[in-house]
Amino acid sequence: MFKAFAKGLSITFKHMLPGHSVTVQYPHVKLKPSDRFRGLHRLVPAHDREKCVACYLCPTVCPAKCITVESAENAKGEKYPRIYEIDMLRCIFCGYCVEACPVEALEMTGAYELANYRRSDFVFTKERLLK
Amino acid sequence: MPMLSLSNAPLLFLGIMLAKILAVFVVVILIVAYATWLERKVIGHMQARLGPMETGWHGLLQPIADGLKLFFKEDIIPSQASKVPFILAPMMILVPAFITVAVIPFGPDIVIGGYQVPMQIADLNVGILYILAMAGLGVYGIVLAGWSSNSKYSLLGGIRASAQMISYELAAGLAIVSVFMLAETLSLRGIVAAQMTPLWGVIDFLPNWYIFSQPLAFALFVVTGIAEINRTPFDLPEAESELVSGFCTEYSSMKYALFFMAEYANMVVLSAIATTLFLGGWHGPFPGAINILLKVFCFMFFFIWLRATFPRVRYDQLMHMGWKVFLPLALANIVVTAVVVLLQQ
Repeated sequence: MFKAFAKGLSITFKHMLPGHSVTVQYPHVKLKPSDRFRGLHRLVPAHDREKCVACYLCPTVCPAKCITVESAENAKGEKYPRIYEIDMLRCIFCGYCVEACPVEALEMTGAYELANYRRSDFVFTKERLLK
Repeated sequence: MPMLSLSNAPLLFLGIMLAKILAVFVVVILIVAYATWLERKVIGHMQARLGPMETGWHGLLQPIADGLKLFFKEDIIPSQASKVPFILAPMMILVPAFITVAVIPFGPDIVIGGYQVPMQIADLNVGILYILAMAGLGVYGIVLAGWSSNSKYSLLGGIRASAQMISYELAAGLAIVSVFMLAETLSLRGIVAAQMTPLWGVIDFLPNWYIFSQPLAFALFVVTGIAEINRTPFDLPEAESELVSGFCTEYSSMKYALFFMAEYANMVVLSAIATTLFLGGWHGPFPGAINILLKVFCFMFFFIWLRATFPRVRYDQLMHMGWKVFLPLALANIVVTAVVVLLQQ
């Protein structure tokens, strides 16, 4: 019985010694997520505009129905998204939109600090997604 | 040199007395405050966390922040509670915890104005009995708190506390009987003085601390002491996972803070008593009060360490241990000590 007590005490004592803490002091120290992490979306830019060709595959495949796209044609006759919005309050970060995209115009970044003050701030417009 | 007393220098006596009371009170309050910080830090590290880090350097201002928070919280008294006992209970638990410190000697005598001044608030000739009496009073606060809250969890906590404290008080009291059989005095000053001689009168390099002659009594006193002040692994009265918060479930604001302070004050007092009775009190390699502070710190660390390590005992195990293990052991220890003391005379 006393041996078991001593063993338990030694285990807790060993854990107290420096170097056993696994805590990350979050706001001061931030973990870098892996490259495969599915965080905030980003529209990939091409030379003068976004790569997106407004094919509607991403809103079609989106299980949370959080992507809004409206297509238009520019002066060169290319299709482009006049409106491209992702509602982050609905998004479940499944990454299907990225998989579905035929021109690799959409990717997911490591940004995970998405808290905000107003509901409207969670709707990411094309300009914000291009950053 | 005459001992300073009320009769030979009343004003000086009064002044020094007040100074001593203030000093001891402040030190105990500080230890109590920083024991909460130490507990959170040590348990945090033992659980591979860091504990408080944000308030001040490594969370050093945490006790102050906690105190301020509790002080400004709304004080809620349940409408079905008995008001007077409800308000009285936190005081009744804190006061005995603090006044026990009065008989703890914390340093060698010093000379002020031609008088010898003992570094102890009051040298009672029944010091140990006074400590046991105050420990016995502590249970009233818990029982009153549990009963007057008019809540089932509080009541269960109060009942458990009374059963536990009464059972373990007996064993704790009997465990230290052997100490004053050896010291032949009940005064704590006398007990410390008796521990300053060489071990058993023959071994020069070790002091005659009673932990060497009474290891069983020491172990019994520490374990039963922990049970009596309701510390983990004997924290059944406030068993968070079973009784919400036990006897202090319905308390909030400063009243809750008083219970919290009482718990830590009890730990400090228990450490100080165990130190004085078994570890030579302020006697040691460093000057005066530093020794006793160091020993008290070690005890506090040990209590926190225990809390991080052992799960709570079951109620029937607790009663079984108290009455069928610790009590017979304490009695046997008294008999053996008595026989040895008698044979030596």
